[in-house]
Amino acid sequence: MLKISHLHVNYGGIKAVRDVSFDVPDGEICTLIGSNGAGKSTTLRTIIGLEKAASGSITLDGSELIGLQTNQIVTNGITLVPEGRHVFPDMTVLENLKIGSYMRKEDLQEDLNWIYDLFPRLKERSWQAAGTLSGGEQQMLAVGRALMSKPKILMMDEPSLGLAPIIVQGIFDIIKEINKQGVTILLIEQNANMALRIAHSAYVMETGELTLSGTGAELLKNDAIKAAYLGGKK
Amino acid sequence: MSLAYLLQQLLNGLSLGGAYALIAIGYTMVYGILRMINFAHGDVFMMAGYFMIYSMAVFPWYVSLPVVIAGTIVLGVVIEKLAYKPLRSAPRMSVMISAIGVAYLLENLANYLFTAMPQSYPQIDILKHVYTLGDITVSRVTLVAPVLTVILTVLMIQLVNHTKMGMAMRACSKDQNTARIMGIKVDSVITKTFIIGCGLAAIGSILYFTDRNTVQPYSGSLPGLKCFVAAVLGGIGSIPGAMVGGFIVGVCQIAITAAGYSVFSDAFTFVLLIIILLVRPTGIFGEKATDKV
Ligand SMILES: Nc1ncnc2c1ncn2[C@@H]1O[C@H](COP(=O)(O)OP(=O)(O)OP(=O)(O)O)[C@@H](O)[C@H]1O
Ligand SMILES: [Mg+2]
Repeated sequence: MLKISHLHVNYGGIKAVRDVSFDVPDGEICTLIGSNGAGKSTTLRTIIGLEKAASGSITLDGSELIGLQTNQIVTNGITLVPEGRHVFPDMTVLENLKIGSYMRKEDLQEDLNWIYDLFPRLKERSWQAAGTLSGGEQQMLAVGRALMSKPKILMMDEPSLGLAPIIVQGIFDIIKEINKQGVTILLIEQNANMALRIAHSAYVMETGELTLSGTGAELLKNDAIKAAYLGGKK
Repeated sequence: MSLAYLLQQLLNGLSLGGAYALIAIGYTMVYGILRMINFAHGDVFMMAGYFMIYSMAVFPWYVSLPVVIAGTIVLGVVIEKLAYKPLRSAPRMSVMISAIGVAYLLENLANYLFTAMPQSYPQIDILKHVYTLGDITVSRVTLVAPVLTVILTVLMIQLVNHTKMGMAMRACSKDQNTARIMGIKVDSVITKTFIIGCGLAAIGSILYFTDRNTVQPYSGSLPGLKCFVAAVLGGIGSIPGAMVGGFIVGVCQIAITAAGYSVFSDAFTFVLLIIILLVRPTGIFGEKATDKV
């Protein structure tokens, strides 16, 4: 289980994350929703070691992650699909997938087949430069690349950003499928409606703090959430 | 001007260009990964010259070659750790200024340790062997330099494009944070880049100084700048570009000297730099931006 307790993160004088605590139980889909600038990305980037925590603790199955290098955290079984995909544009699709398994030494063919089963599109395009893929294909590649590290926990930062609704539906179906196969998911979304539908547990973040939590179904019915994030009327 | 003379000068130019190319690859690879011009690189190359003088005083040439290469690598890696690594999150300009500081430091250190008097570069017998063919006389190093340069360049291209380490280098040069998320140790990739760049500079220094006979504390500064121009001409960041740029700068320099305008041979390089920057700032093999945002 991934456990975040009393996490604080600052950028100079800006307090981006303030006293955030939540758990991501094994095997679940956990989502973090909230408006722009709430501190969601900062939270994930701190978990993966790209930002420094000012205080608090982040533990995976009881062992502390704060202070570890990103490569050590990845080796511990956590990975991140970054906001804006960040595929390596000059590398082929296949190279992008291979680099996802950079710190593993085992045979990759089986895992490549797994990714190609999840995303047949990527197989057809394995020799294409990633920079020339469509936005949706790049998102598939970013997810596939992250899965190549065989993570216990897959964190995704706004996978639906900038994609057409039909593609978004496809991405969410894949997230559910990956989770069924045993991968724990920590998902950030602006698309609160879709995220809450698939989430076991959900948290709402506002200006650096968690303000609400519950199961996905509970939050979907919550009036405040409906008003703020689901475009619903009171 | 006879054909033999032209051929002779062409060989000299290619030989000088080969040495330039090896140094230019160091500039280009470090730029590729840190996005900064390592202005100390030419002075690392000069230090490699002194390492050879002192090593050959004790060891035979076949021991001195690896000693010089290893010594140059250690120097380069130490510079990276002390002068560049602490500035990893600082603006690039700060790192560049630090590099200029290191360049002056090395020149003054050499002045202090080895005096400003030119010291004679040792004769490496196997490289100095002279061939005579009609009116042309060439030493073996003149023939070896361009061939070795092409071989090393091809090896570097293979390394970067077809090995796991090369893949990590390309990833770091595009996007360091994403490379970290892949589990890549960015600092160790940077160290490896300096190892390669300095190893090539050491080989370049052997080829260069064997033909020039003396080393002094400022032996690295002008060649260093010329190799930087070569890297820009080829397209900074591109390894084949650095090789082509090195050969062009070397051949042009010898051609201008041979034509009797040796006063202008150094100025030419910088005129070339200005022209490239005006006409084609990305150089011959410059990176195209294919990023999709
Ligand atoms: N590198 C940085 N330097 C300074 N401030 C930053 C930096 N990154 C983020 N911030 C600030 O921290 C706050 C939280 O940003 P963060 O990216 O975590 O928000 P977010 O919830 O992911 O927003 P969005 O939904 O728009 O992606 C914002 O006020 C942002 O301006
Ligand atoms: Mg964000």
